Amino acid sequence: MATAVIGSSGYKGRWNHLYKVLSKPGPFSDEDWVPGQGTINTLESSKILVIGAGGLGCEILKNLALSGFKDIHVIDMDTIDISNLNRQFLFRQADIGKPKAEVAAAFVEKRVKGVNITPYVGKIQDKDEDYYMQFKIIICGLDSIEARRWINSTLVGMVDFENPESLKPLIDGGTEGFKGQARVILPTLSSCIECQLDMHAPRPAVPLCTIATIPRQPQHCIEWAHQIAWQEKRKDDTFDSDDMEHISWVYNEALQRAQHFHIHGVTFQMTQGVVKNIIPAIASTNAVIAASTTSEVLKIATSCNPYLDNYMMYAGEEGVYTYTFEAEKKEDCPVCGNLARKMDVDANMTLGEFIESLGEKAEAQLKKPSLRTEERTLYQRFPPQLEEHTRPNLRLKLGELVENGQEIAVSDPAYTIDFRYRLHFK
Amino acid sequence: MLKIWSMKQQQQQAENAEGGGKKKKKVTAAQLRVQRDLQELTLGNTMKMTFPNPDDILNFTLSIEPDEGMYKGGLFNFTFAVNQNFPHDPPKVKCTQKIYHPNIDLEGNVCLNILREDWKPVLNLNAVIVGMQFLFLEPNASDPLNKEAAEDLRSNRDAFKRNVRASMAGGTVRRVAYERVLR
Repeated sequence: MATAVIGSSGYKGRWNHLYKVLSKPGPFSDEDWVPGQGTINTLESSKILVIGAGGLGCEILKNLALSGFKDIHVIDMDTIDISNLNRQFLFRQADIGKPKAEVAAAFVEKRVKGVNITPYVGKIQDKDEDYYMQFKIIICGLDSIEARRWINSTLVGMVDFENPESLKPLIDGGTEGFKGQARVILPTLSSCIECQLDMHAPRPAVPLCTIATIPRQPQHCIEWAHQIAWQEKRKDDTFDSDDMEHISWVYNEALQRAQHFHIHGVTFQMTQGVVKNIIPAIASTNAVIAASTTSEVLKIATSCNPYLDNYMMYAGEEGVYTYTFEAEKKEDCPVCGNLARKMDVDANMTLGEFIESLGEKAEAQLKKPSLRTEERTLYQRFPPQLEEHTRPNLRLKLGELVENGQEIAVSDPAYTIDFRYRLHFK
Repeated sequence: MLKIWSMKQQQQQAENAEGGGKKKKKVTAAQLRVQRDLQELTLGNTMKMTFPNPDDILNFTLSIEPDEGMYKGGLFNFTFAVNQNFPHDPPKVKCTQKIYHPNIDLEGNVCLNILREDWKPVLNLNAVIVGMQFLFLEPNASDPLNKEAAEDLRSNRDAFKRNVRASMAGGTVRRVAYERVLR
């Protein structure tokens, strides 16, 4: 903690190399940076959140612990599967079925003395802003775009311009086979995940008609069994890609179809791969990307060197290639392009009057807005059925429709961007 | 950045102490995009939308009543399910009736390129709805989902037309009983 003395934790000399980096300026360090014990204390007291304890997460936890961080939290909803063991090296065969976050935390704590790792088994969506507020930096090794978008918009929404502590740098790592990326996101200051969404090419999908009529590849037969045969023959069962009986059923159906069309190559493993959308994970790609993301955390937490600005791509299929560039902020980004503005309103004003006032406001001039909160459609001009249903709201008072401090989102055909307002009752 | 942090740290603590309660839930990016897409729809008089829960704009049904073409006089219902990953993911569209159409199978799956392989986040709900309407004006035999119907359309357009009429009236075509969809 803050009182740690050089060399006090771990075996003798474990941190010597780290302390060299943190105790004297280097060629790239900022002129105003003060190296030494203060910086080391900052490092040791920085609370870091790791999202995901899978392929990247294991590497990240190990790297952070070995980089001198002492207060690490990890969140993951998954349990350990036998197929994880080849690369998720914090897990052993006896751990199968146990929660990843807990096992990973215990392993690293045991191996690197003096580090505290607090696991949470569950979804990132279970936690609210108060939880995320306690961390200095958030680093994630996630496998889904959905989870990335969620944490991104949460962190952007947390930024309060009067409170610099509310700005949580987000370091995002991602891998797919031999390819990977590391990026540094300073919510509201730099390009966010939503700004960069267009860079993810949607998964190439095979036309449904090919699957239904003229399969050419074993994968088409599997897709057919998964999507069409299942629906026809087992309509009442919800397909579960973790249920072995379900996978076997799909496999057998696919095999029969493949034989019928004289297609070879349908295997059980391929079936599993297709229905779960598995792209083989490469341990070394994870190691490269995790190393990159954790060194960004170290640099941002200690200011010892300039951090990545802001995107590093890595391609390892043929040789090793990396390219670093600055992804730009998108003006009309739905998450960070138009941040919620505070608006003082009278709770007794009706929604109709409020809409009228939006039209008169100089900076908005919203003449034909549609508005909603997260849980409620306040007024939607089109299509007619929704307009009819929401019209009675126009006569209701704001105080009856929204809570004090709640955010509303406003779209108007006159603008290509949407507006968000946080309504505060006078 | 760290410099700002340490400088402002004390100031913030004072502010945090008096800071208000929890923030409320934010409107999601998917909701916002659907709100905008809905507002920009052009439905004409052949299409109608209904919202089982008007507060949930991510789930709705679309009814199409073609006013020309072989399916004229029918009323076709589709459910739309938009997930939180929209517009990265396309909406999921299904026909709720059992109908005779080369590009719609008996389970209601729809074969429309922009609902799968050609979906792009720049496309909007209007594009999907126009595409759906087009399926009824120009059924496409080269991308069949209902193979028999596609064969009929290819080999004998008049017989196909008759089958469409029969099926829409709730008749049986090639031993499959279809749902009556005439209004």
